[in-house]
Amino acid sequence: MTTMGLVQNPAPPAPLAPARARRTRVRRVVAALPIVVFGLYVVAAIIGPLFIDYSPVGGELDDRLLPPGSVLSDGGTALFGTDALGRDLFGQVVYGARTSVFIGTLVVLISALVGLAVGTVAGYRGGTTDLVASRVIDVLLAFPGILLAIVIAGVFDRSLAIVVIALSVTNWIGFARLSRSMAMSLRERDWVKSATVMGVRRRRIIARHILPFIAGPTFALATTEFAGAILAEASLSFLGLGLPSASVSWGQTIAAGKEYLASAWWISAIPGIALALLVICVGFTGDRLTRYFGRRR
Amino acid sequence: MSGRVPAGSRSAGTLRVRELRITLPGPRGMADVVDGVSFDMVEGRTTGLIGESGSGKSLTAMAMVGLVPETAVVSGQVLLGDEDLLTAGRARIRQVRGTEISVVFQDPSTALNPTMTIGDQVGEILRSRGLSRSQARERAADLLEHVGIPDAANRVRAYPHEFSGGMRQRAMIALALAGGPRFILADEPTTALDVTVQARILDLLGRLRDEDHLSMLLVSHDLRVMSHVADDLVVMYAGRVCERGGAKAVLNRPLHPYTDALVRSVPSVHVESAIADPLPGSPANPFDRPAGCPFNPRCPRAEDRCRTEVPALREIAPGRLSACHFAELAERTSDTVPRN
Repeated sequence: MTTMGLVQNPAPPAPLAPARARRTRVRRVVAALPIVVFGLYVVAAIIGPLFIDYSPVGGELDDRLLPPGSVLSDGGTALFGTDALGRDLFGQVVYGARTSVFIGTLVVLISALVGLAVGTVAGYRGGTTDLVASRVIDVLLAFPGILLAIVIAGVFDRSLAIVVIALSVTNWIGFARLSRSMAMSLRERDWVKSATVMGVRRRRIIARHILPFIAGPTFALATTEFAGAILAEASLSFLGLGLPSASVSWGQTIAAGKEYLASAWWISAIPGIALALLVICVGFTGDRLTRYFGRRR
Repeated sequence: MSGRVPAGSRSAGTLRVRELRITLPGPRGMADVVDGVSFDMVEGRTTGLIGESGSGKSLTAMAMVGLVPETAVVSGQVLLGDEDLLTAGRARIRQVRGTEISVVFQDPSTALNPTMTIGDQVGEILRSRGLSRSQARERAADLLEHVGIPDAANRVRAYPHEFSGGMRQRAMIALALAGGPRFILADEPTTALDVTVQARILDLLGRLRDEDHLSMLLVSHDLRVMSHVADDLVVMYAGRVCERGGAKAVLNRPLHPYTDALVRSVPSVHVESAIADPLPGSPANPFDRPAGCPFNPRCPRAEDRCRTEVPALREIAPGRLSACHFAELAERTSDTVPRN
């Protein structure tokens, strides 16, 4: 139809352009959505608790199992309802976001630092260093990551440090493999050879001629790994191996609601949705960054 | 030039390569990719290292600064004064690199780090020798000016992509000069450049050699480049030296059929003929080197002896070395390539 119209009456091809522009704009907005949602979570995690003037782990037993939107005994409104102990779910979701983002960031930071260091040095130096690093990675890869985390978290007392360590133990491998392969190809680049035959120190070559090129893809990977770390932390807490019970975690809240799924679905469903949405949005953001840096490379 | 080591402080020197052998693992066992190569880099002269691709010329040059593949086995000597660089320690090698010997790479668009400014890269060696950032940048500007980059004081802040190909190669040369070396190894320094820019870069290298009393090793497959700038010539075939001598003498009257064939393949080298005479066959593979003289399958005058006996590189005339069984005959009768 459009083609026909154009052939017979070449005057108004103009309507096409705005339509296409609108489609591009829509596509751009949709593409930006995950990043915006991710951003909202981070903002909620950082400043959200400042707007909650009650404890997320304290509650009135009179207010137990209230559905979302109910009025509490003290006159406030429970936006997301309350759990079996009368604790406000909205507070738990916001504080849980803080826990998730905090642990995710910590795990990714530690994993990225360890992985970058091991991978870059192994890839650049090659030889025995590379052989040892590669074997360690192979051995660790033989274990499912979450299983190793469960073992470590189960052996020690529940604490933030243990959760972060348990999750980092396998998380650094991804960073190590990425930076190793990139360092191996980068060391064959002429500017690295040039710096080498000019007598520039190894440390300086890694810092100035290799790391800047690994930084982008590592950032993209960090985003993806961030989502994985958040999910893994929730899993540990769900199993009762994560944070101490005094702290708030989505995994614990979901676990606390699993006996009431038939009567009070919101206890598990709302933090579950919060978790799923965050992981999906972070995943999309990571994919986009990977494509961006992949194209540039 | 203020920013560089004064020429007076350099001692006259020669970099000597002796019986250099580089063995690399291949699909069918180890092979001597470079096999007993010897030559000298004499102060103030340009030594040309010429050969087809795969003849081991680049590998030879890189081995002189200790840059060989991890799997390579290197033997022989690279003598700086009386010191053998092949047996020197890592710290000493790092000290020699850049300050005694430095390298100009083939393609300046890949040999410069795209994320660093030109000034930072030229000054990098000075920074690792303990100069402050601003001092290094100042010297980098001096060096860039020395190699003919206009407005050098401002261009130090530019990135490689803001430079043209010729300018990048000039920057690369400035980088190689930064540590005040006496020996420059230039690995195909003009191959990646436009023909119009090539001559200017070659002239620059010649000027620097004379002004700064440098010795230069020019690795190239291009005879025209060689005839333009080289003083001495080392012709390599299949990892071995087949002919050595003064550049003019070698090009005017080759004493090895391979050199002869090379000269004939380039139309502009001999003036009387405009027709190029391409070399038949393909270069010998060091992993599958023919018995006897490696050039025998392609050689127009090969005889039975050539297929069984490896010809030794020997002095045929004063300053002229050839590895052809018939070199003496050619020298006496002057029948190889009658020229003039």
